[in-house]
Parts: sequence; C-alpha cells; structure tokens
Amino acid sequence: MAKVTELHVNGKDVTLDVDGERSLLSVLRDDLDLTGSKYGCGEGQCGACTVLLDGVPTRSCITAVGSVGQRKVATIESLEQDGKLHPLQQAFLDAGAMQCGYCTSGMLMSGYALLQKIPNPSVAEIIRSMNGNICRCGTYQRIITAIKEGAKVLQGGAK
Amino acid sequence: MKNAETENFSIEPERYELAEWARNWELDRRQFFKTLGCGVVVLFLVESLLAQETGGGGRRGGRGGRRPTELSAWLHIGEDGTVTVFTGKAEMGQNIRTSLTQAVAEELRAPISSIKLVMGDTQLTPFDMGTFGSRTTPDMAVQLHKVGAAAREALLDLAAETWKADRGSLTVADGKVTRNGSNDSLSFGELTKGQKLVKTVDDSSPRTPAEKWKIAGTSVPKVDGRDFVTGKHKYASDFKLPGMLHGKILRPSVFEATLVSVDTKKAEAMPGVTVVRDGDFIGVTAADELTATRGLEAIHAEWKGQPQPSSAEIYDYLKKNVTEGQGRGASPHAVGSIEDGLKVADEKLKQSYNIAYIAHTPLEPRAAVAEWKDGKVTIWTGTQVPFGIRGGVASALGTPQEDVRIIVPDTGSAYGGKHAGSNYAGNHTGDPALEAARLAKAAGKPVKVVWTRQEEFTWSYFRPAGVIDVTSGVMSDGTLTAWEFHNYNSGPSGINTPYEVPNVWIQFHSTKYPLRQGSYRGLAATANHFARESHMDELANAIKMDPVEFRLKNLKDERLKAVLESAAKTFGWGNQKGSEGHGFGLGCGNEKGSYFATFAEVLADRSTGSVRVVRAVTAFDCGAVVNPDGLKNQIEGAMMMGLGGALFEAIEFSNGMITNPHLADYRVPRFADAPKVEIVLLDRKDIPSAGAGETPIMGIAPAIGNAIFNATGIRLRSMPMVPDGLKS
Repeated sequence: MAKVTELHVNGKDVTLDVDGERSLLSVLRDDLDLTGSKYGCGEGQCGACTVLLDGVPTRSCITAVGSVGQRKVATIESLEQDGKLHPLQQAFLDAGAMQCGYCTSGMLMSGYALLQKIPNPSVAEIIRSMNGNICRCGTYQRIITAIKEGAKVLQGGAK
Repeated sequence: MKNAETENFSIEPERYELAEWARNWELDRRQFFKTLGCGVVVLFLVESLLAQETGGGGRRGGRGGRRPTELSAWLHIGEDGTVTVFTGKAEMGQNIRTSLTQAVAEELRAPISSIKLVMGDTQLTPFDMGTFGSRTTPDMAVQLHKVGAAAREALLDLAAETWKADRGSLTVADGKVTRNGSNDSLSFGELTKGQKLVKTVDDSSPRTPAEKWKIAGTSVPKVDGRDFVTGKHKYASDFKLPGMLHGKILRPSVFEATLVSVDTKKAEAMPGVTVVRDGDFIGVTAADELTATRGLEAIHAEWKGQPQPSSAEIYDYLKKNVTEGQGRGASPHAVGSIEDGLKVADEKLKQSYNIAYIAHTPLEPRAAVAEWKDGKVTIWTGTQVPFGIRGGVASALGTPQEDVRIIVPDTGSAYGGKHAGSNYAGNHTGDPALEAARLAKAAGKPVKVVWTRQEEFTWSYFRPAGVIDVTSGVMSDGTLTAWEFHNYNSGPSGINTPYEVPNVWIQFHSTKYPLRQGSYRGLAATANHFARESHMDELANAIKMDPVEFRLKNLKDERLKAVLESAAKTFGWGNQKGSEGHGFGLGCGNEKGSYFATFAEVLADRSTGSVRVVRAVTAFDCGAVVNPDGLKNQIEGAMMMGLGGALFEAIEFSNGMITNPHLADYRVPRFADAPKVEIVLLDRKDIPSAGAGETPIMGIAPAIGNAIFNATGIRLRSMPMVPDGLKS
C-alpha cells in the first residue's frame, strides 16, 4: 500500500512518512508518541485502542493508517483541554471507575462518542454501546455510573 | 493413615511461588545521602529470609549471634520536605500505591500528596519476593506504618532539639511540627535540612492502632488517577527509547516441539529486518512492528511435535496420571474415620466436580523494553516479580545480577499471571524481559517486545484444570458426619473445610499435566470453594434444609457466621422463593485471612439456554479496612472476574496447541454480563488487615451454580458451567 504522509490528529495536521498498511494504532503510538491508546488484542475485540474518526468510535488496531484519509482522528490525549479534565474524565475519577487503568482510554473514547450521540443514555443504551470494550478488572458498574454522571454534568453545563 | 498438621494447609506461597531467587541489595547506607541529598532516612529491617528458610542457620557466620537482617523497605524525607518511600512491591490495579501511601501518611501526619512511592525497581527498592498471595497489606503496609511512625518520632526529636522544648509539647500535623499553644511551626523540609540521620525499625516497632486511624481507613482516591484518565500513564508497553527497535520471537508450532530445520534467508533479505539467532532462540527486529512481523512470517521453520492430551479428555487424563507424594497437601488431612461417619449418616452423597484451564487475560499483554549500556541492561516490564525476573535474566544471559536492572511501571493488570517462575524453568521462550534483552544485546539498540494477544493466550501459563471428588454424609437434622475431599491437580489452597465434621479426609493429588500452569488470583481456593459449596448445597437439598440454616448449623467460626448472616440479610434471603427460571444461591468461606459470603440471583431460560446473573451481594471481612472504596472496587471486580470462570471461560487445546487463543473465541465478562452488585464491609478495627485482592473471587461460582439449580433443578458440576448455554 502507498505511503501515508499526512494525518489530522487531535486538531492538528501532522506530516509523516509511513507504510499505509501499518495500523493506525501503531502509528499513533510509535510515530506520534500518543501512547494513551492501547494495544489489547489486535483483533478489534477489546476496545482498548478506541479512537474517534470524524467522531465515530473506531478500533485503531484493525484500521490501516492508509484507510484514514482526510478523516479527523481524536485520541484520549484530546479530551483534556487547557489543563482541565473533560467532565467524563472527572466522572471516571469520582466513580473510581478503574483499577489497572489499561482499558480506561478506550472506555472514555467510547463513552465520549456515546454521549455525543445520545446525551442522556439509559443503562441499557450504555451497555449496548459499551459492550465491545473489555475491563478485565471488572469495573463495569462503576463505568456505567461514571457515564451517567458525566452525562448529567454535560447536560447541566460546565461543572 | 497419616495425619497432617493443619499448618500444612495454611502456608503461602503455594507451590508455584516457591522459586528461589538470589537477593542482592548493595546500596551502601552512605550512598543514600550521596544519591538523594541530606535528610532523614528510616530503614525497615526484617530477619533474613535465608535464615528463616534454613531454620535459623543464619546464627552461624560470626555476626556475634545476631540473626542476619535484610532491608525490606525504606523512606527518605528530603531537605525540601518531600517524602519518598521505596518498596519492591508492584502496582497492577490492586491499588496498593494508594493504600501504602495511606499507611505512611497516617503515621507521618502528612498529606497524601506530599508522599511519593518508588515501587518495583531492583536498583532503588530493597529485595522483595514479589507481589502475590495478598501479602502487601498484611506485610508491607504494616512495615510502612512502622517506618512512618519512626520518621515522625525522628522529626519530633529534631524539633524538640531545635526549640529546646519538651517533645510532649509538640504536635505533628499537616506535614509540619508545631509547638502547642504557639504559632511556632517547622516544616519537614526545615527540620531535615542538613541532616544525615538514619534510623532503623523492625517488627517490634510501634504503629498507630486502627481505632485511631485518620487517613488509613478512609476512601482516599487513586493517588495518580488523573494520569490514567488522560492517557499519560506510561505502562511498560508505552516506553520508547531513542533508536528503539521492535522485536518478534519465533514460537514453536506446538508445545514441547523441537526445531528440525529453519531457513531465515528470505527474512534476512528483507529491508530493515535483522534476524537474531542464539541456539533455538530465533527472533527478528525492525524499526516498526509491522516490518518485524513480516520478517517473522518470512522465516520458514520445521518443528517436530508429539501427540499430547486435549481439553476433551483432560479430566480423565488428570485422574489417570497421579504422581503421589509431591507438593503441599500431598499427605492427607485426616481425622476420625470416613467409614464410621458414613455409617451413621442418613444421607450419603458422592459427586465429582471439574475445573477447566482458564487464562488470566490481563488487558495489557506481557511487554518489555530493554536497553544495554556498558554491559549493563535496564528492562522496563510489567511483572509481579521484578527481582525474580532479574535473577532469571541474569542467569539466562550469564550477566552478573547487579548488571541487570528491572523497573516495573504500574502495570495493566496481572491477576497472578505475571510471575516469572514457571516461565524460566529451562525454557527459552516465556518472558518478554528476557526476549527483549536478548534481542537488544544482538541489535546493539534498545528493543521492545509486546506479546500479541495470541501469544499471551498461548505462551503464558494457565490456572490449573482439576477434578475434585467429594464423598459426604449428613444426618437428617443437618449434622455433617463425614467429609472426604480429593483434589486432583488444581491445587491445595482453600482445600480445608470451615465446617465442623468429626470424620474428615482431605487430600491434594499432584498429577502430570499437559499445559504450563501456575498462579491465578485466589489460586485453587476458587475451585475448592466451588466444589465444597456446591456440595453443601446438594446436601442441604438432600435433607430439605434451608442452605443458609444448614451452613450455620455446621459452623463455629464467628467471623464466617457474621458475613453469612450479614450477606443473607442484605440480599433478602428467604423473602422470595425460587421459581422456574428464577433462582437464588450462595457460597461462603474464608481464605488468606478474609471471610466472605456471596449471594446470587439468576435468571435461567431453558428454552433459549441463556443464564444471566442479575444481582449479587457479597459481605466481606478482612479485618481493619484500609480503604473502603478501594476494597469495594476489588470485591466487585473479583466477583466480575469470577463470573467469567464460573459461566463461560475455558482454554481449549489439542495436541500441544491452544485452539481458542483469541478474545473472539475465549469469552471474558463484558458490560452485558455485569450484575447489580452490593457489597457489605464488616470493618473489624480490632483485627489486623488482611489482603483482599484475591479472596472475593471465590464465592461467586458456587453462588451462581446453586442459584441455577434453584431456578431449574439442573445441577452443574463443571466450571465453566454454561460455555454453550444451559442444556436441559
């Protein structure tokens, strides 16, 4: 596959020179030093590598970087703005919605995308939309709580 | 008939954890101040493990009769007031970075934010056997309390000297010492300035009792939580060094295969690919992972394997391949006569329970980055045993131990799966630290090795499969008369029954086994509790007695009774009877100093085969609670993890290959599987805190199995219980 020479990541145009068959995840992590997105399975089964492409949650481990094109990539590193956590990040902290934290980036990106689409999701909607993300430490109920709390804050304006 | 001491059943670590690693901590005391600047240092000294193991042999050796001591942890208060604590323990999601910080903050009367922990670094932290067996809280936290208390006393001494004041007139709070009834105060930094003070403490040193805790015992949030929600935290797999290459390892086609021939020419001809060969160890390096993977795929290797047992026949295989007389629990725990006990029983029951091999599946696969400089290697890797890895790498590469430094960044979970032990036993493939070190040495550049999920599922190790046979007798009034319990291969942890029985025979049988097996959160206690608590439910059913009442009748242990009664109350046991498709069940027990009772409510649909755990309650007592919310998180997570092994997780294998080495084929619990969970903590301030990361995994499997029986009348005796759904 042809080389990829530019990407739009976290609001910036970046130039690079990489084999288009490489995974978006490896390019983000190894070439752009955005290591917040994680390798968990390489098969699109665990969601640890989730990033947004034009706002759509996408498994970057099975996305060839050559297929990204003009779409805007958003990673976990883009959620915090000017040193201020996004309300969903704060809600994860408040709910203690992690143990080892390895799934957290993917959970946040999937949860963020959900709240963009459904600002006030029901528990059933959260489960349906988050079921592709694995937390081996088993903090699912806390993540559900965090997403509901994050939704509340976002709906009520800035915290 | 041999009688074994009860002690045989309570010693940890288990057989997988007995690896004997050389220990070496050379930093001279004077080096402290050279390295860290002036200040106050407090060292915790323990009796040498070597001396303990050789029965006090350390009395010899010309040390004037003193038993040799080893450093176990240390603390430094710098001239800027920064408190740095050094411990060889590793954080991997069990939240000990926070709970250990609480221990020091409690005693130092200092804010959590002023204390930094350096963990799992073989150059900076004292030797530690490893982070396993739920030992951090009962051992390291206690040591750090004592270290913190001694540091506080040293600061009081310094302040008293400065002010020429009576120590009794001084107070330590909020990171400073103040003179009562005045505005005079000195910060820790002001007190330690220019000092070169070293204090030592040991087991006999004082600490604050739990009843008086102000910081310990509270729900302090994860100390570095912000780094995890921003993606800033660097796991081992996130490390990147200048010029670093990515490495891939050639794996045998099947377990125990021998290399017949290998052709690496095609790979060597690929641009950017370097092939590294050292005997049977073959790997490739390249600047990016895809190129390395392509290089690996271009290697043509022929392997010779031999027929090996498959998962379809595993339980027969284990029973037919007993290797008696080895390991802990090999001699039976025997009291009275099973024959006599069965004679007086009104009901007799004989059943067999199976436990499949399962995988830890830590979300961060094994990973390491290695860098050589001047003949010395530094390796960043996610492991529970940094010092074990150091010994393993040193001996495999013929490098002196002091030239190997292992650093463990807080790790993306382990669950007992990131030990070195079995992976270094005469095997050249098995640990990415060693693999990265080999490749980096050959390449002359830093190398990162991250196992793929498939490698993780294949080349790590598994929770042992097992067969448990139980024969029992009970009187119609609920009195147990006989209890015979044989565990084949899965392990002796938690094998003893907490119930009062006059006639007992309990025995662990070592067997040959086909897969690499080792520690897993809770070890075999999960399997033993599944068999025991399922069997207890069967007995209660046989004599038509309420399962809670039946257990209480046969229990004397007050702490176990208390969690059972507490969980039953919160769950609302007895408020609703089971009906077709809707059932209730429980499992209880104690292990590693913690007591638990777990109740589950299950919906089971015979027509669709679906089984869903809709609600679960656990009551838990681990002595004085160190961090209530952290503990609840561990209990909730352990129940969730245990649900996977209970219902659907199983490693399948055939002829030396894992046949489901993907998350698409090996099902772990997901959001849709998560029941509503309620946790009741019985905080016993009068009892020393036990570790609690493992034990809460043990109750959920029998609770679910018993609830399925309650809902359907179907008794499931094999874990996982419904890998393909419920079958009528």
